[in-house]
Amino acid sequence: MSDISQSAMKLPGITAANAAPWLIATLFLLVLPFIFSANSAITIMNQMAITIIFALAYNMLLGQGGMLSFGHAVYLGAGGFMCMHIMNYVEDYSLPLPLPLLPLFGGIFGLGLATIVGAFSTRSAGTVFAMISLGIGELLAACSIIIVAFFGGEEGIPGDRTYGLPFFGVEFLQQIEVYYLIIFWLVLSALLMFLFSRTPAGRMANAVRDNPERAEFLGYSARRVRYISFCASGFFAGIAGGLLAINLEILTGEDLGLLLSGEILLITFLGGVGFFFGPIIGAIVFTLLKTVLGLETELWQLYVGALFVATVMYFPGGFAGVLMMHAPSAKLGKLKLLVVPYIKTLVPAFFAVMGAAGFFEIMFHMRHAAVGEEEMTIFWTTFNSHSVLPTAVTIGVTVVGFWLAKRSAPDMAAAWHASITPNKPAGASAGERPADSQAQGGGS
Amino acid sequence: MSTSTMPALELDGLRKSFGKTEIIRGVDLAIGRGERHAIIGPNGAGKSTLFNLITGRFPNSGGHIRLHGNDLAGRQPFEINRMGLSRSFQITNIFPKMTVFENVRCSLLWTKGYKYSFWHMVSRSRDLTQAAEAILEQINLTARRDLPAGVLSYAEQRALEIGITIAGGADVIMLDEPTAGMSHSETDYIVELIRKVTVGKTLIMVEHDMGVVFGLADRISVLVYGEIIATGKPEDVRSDAKVQEAYLGAALEADH
Ligand SMILES: Nc1ncnc2c1ncn2[C@@H]1O[C@H](COP(=O)(O)OP(=O)(O)OP(=O)(O)O)[C@@H](O)[C@H]1O
Ligand SMILES: [Mg+2]
Repeated sequence: MSDISQSAMKLPGITAANAAPWLIATLFLLVLPFIFSANSAITIMNQMAITIIFALAYNMLLGQGGMLSFGHAVYLGAGGFMCMHIMNYVEDYSLPLPLPLLPLFGGIFGLGLATIVGAFSTRSAGTVFAMISLGIGELLAACSIIIVAFFGGEEGIPGDRTYGLPFFGVEFLQQIEVYYLIIFWLVLSALLMFLFSRTPAGRMANAVRDNPERAEFLGYSARRVRYISFCASGFFAGIAGGLLAINLEILTGEDLGLLLSGEILLITFLGGVGFFFGPIIGAIVFTLLKTVLGLETELWQLYVGALFVATVMYFPGGFAGVLMMHAPSAKLGKLKLLVVPYIKTLVPAFFAVMGAAGFFEIMFHMRHAAVGEEEMTIFWTTFNSHSVLPTAVTIGVTVVGFWLAKRSAPDMAAAWHASITPNKPAGASAGERPADSQAQGGGS
Repeated sequence: MSTSTMPALELDGLRKSFGKTEIIRGVDLAIGRGERHAIIGPNGAGKSTLFNLITGRFPNSGGHIRLHGNDLAGRQPFEINRMGLSRSFQITNIFPKMTVFENVRCSLLWTKGYKYSFWHMVSRSRDLTQAAEAILEQINLTARRDLPAGVLSYAEQRALEIGITIAGGADVIMLDEPTAGMSHSETDYIVELIRKVTVGKTLIMVEHDMGVVFGLADRISVLVYGEIIATGKPEDVRSDAKVQEAYLGAALEADH
């Protein structure tokens, strides 16, 4: 290699281009409470930010390391409960531990538990790992009922985050103050998790996920690589737990239970395990569905479940995967090709989904509303849930919408293929690589 | 024994059974430092199994394996690799979802001393990037640098497999049928590549193509039904009556 090429060789480090998304995201988080300033909105955003940290931590296992855990909430819970006890202890003895540092202790306890469990669970990544995670999840859920001194039994463990001296004048009485505390830890944790994925341990986690055997013949113990990811993931889950303790000021067995473990798996998968930002989208969408949709209908879990199944079946890359499917089109400047075909398919599909939702709501109301209460309101329309017409309308809308969507779906797929294919004459330079590799592949 | 005369690899009464069937039935072999040694033999003779025993993929049922005089008993594949032995596989074994560059970079990490570090950024290391690019240059895949390894042509994947094997700088290189399933021109390309990247190293190679074997090897061992029936210089092995009878005659005829 010549000297010139050596000095010209770019080392991708911290450049404006890869710092920009982080700066923009941070700025956005800082101004967000000015856009949504209602207390309820801040409560949702706090929940969302904690879920994002947890989901990113979970994806260090699932997406980066190929380990499917059914019990990851125990690390969040370990951090959370420990922080709660520290909070109470520090209050009782008036120790000078500022609240903003507390999540770090959550992380340390999450890490501590992970170092113990990981020592035997990371031997393999497959079914054995999944089953051990489920077993540990079940075990700690049982402990949370039995060991009342630590977990508080049914009532849980309460705490008071305003215990200590004000931290530079901030007492953390208000949700907004907690918001800024949480997003400080969110940005820090997300950045550290991102950087982890760029280290030798993080790169080898990907390698071991894809082909553990080959990694072993390159000098790496697949088990040790998994163990390190597992511990790191436990650490960040613990930080999320600490923040949860501060945010809620009470934790119960639910905060380390299998339900939460299942939820984080669903969130992460929904967002997309293949990209670093996938779980972030998953956490945002899920928290919104849970809070906003959850206020509207008791059936929100049914819709989330349906969305999850549809994602698993048709878009295994999750939301992030769907977004990134359009990166080549955007690069080629061909996104506008997609507008009309997308409208033609997605609008009827939207109506089909809404029709089906309406149908379920009517059925649910018919079955479960108090006797004699036959009036219901959905989609700004009030009607009698026992009459035939509304049901017929929802079925009709669903069937027609579905039929229209299905009819135009092939056009949409074709448009997408066209949008990722470079133009023949004009795009000669852009198309060089694929064409070249095809020629090579054909020749062999 | 002084270090200069000590064999790079020494097999001593090596045995392996799968259940009741004994596949490797007492193999003794010493391969010198810097030697290019080919192992030939009919299908199912146990050549790949022998590789799997040496590299720690399977535990052996009897006998000893010594690498530079150190007994390998009970060692894991990654430990054996760290002792300076690296192998390729008969069936391509790479990281198909990672880019070609990343495949090579991952295979450099251990010997470059990064171990399990989570405080170094791999992309910040000029040394690592340059070493990986040098390997890509050697295996002729620089133009494929940023493609996922899974989309490469078969011959390119085989070249990458060799690249991954040699990247770590191991001094004993074991290649299991590196040219299997390749056209003539591709075979020539891979043979040149092997010659180039194994200069000064000990090479142990399983190969069916007799042209490749007689072109590359300093010595040849013939493995038939789990036993080595002959070891020696190519011309001696070629004229060995036992080998003629058991294997080579048929193989040479098939080659013509
Ligand atoms: N893991 C295993 N379990 C059981 N039997 C095995 C195993 N691996 C190999 N064998 C058997 O051992 C014998 C030798 O197989 P091996 O792959 O070593 O042959 P080979 O000489 O490499 O043949 P080829 O030229 O076809 O690659 C075969 O009969 C095979 O079925
Ligand atoms: Mg074989």
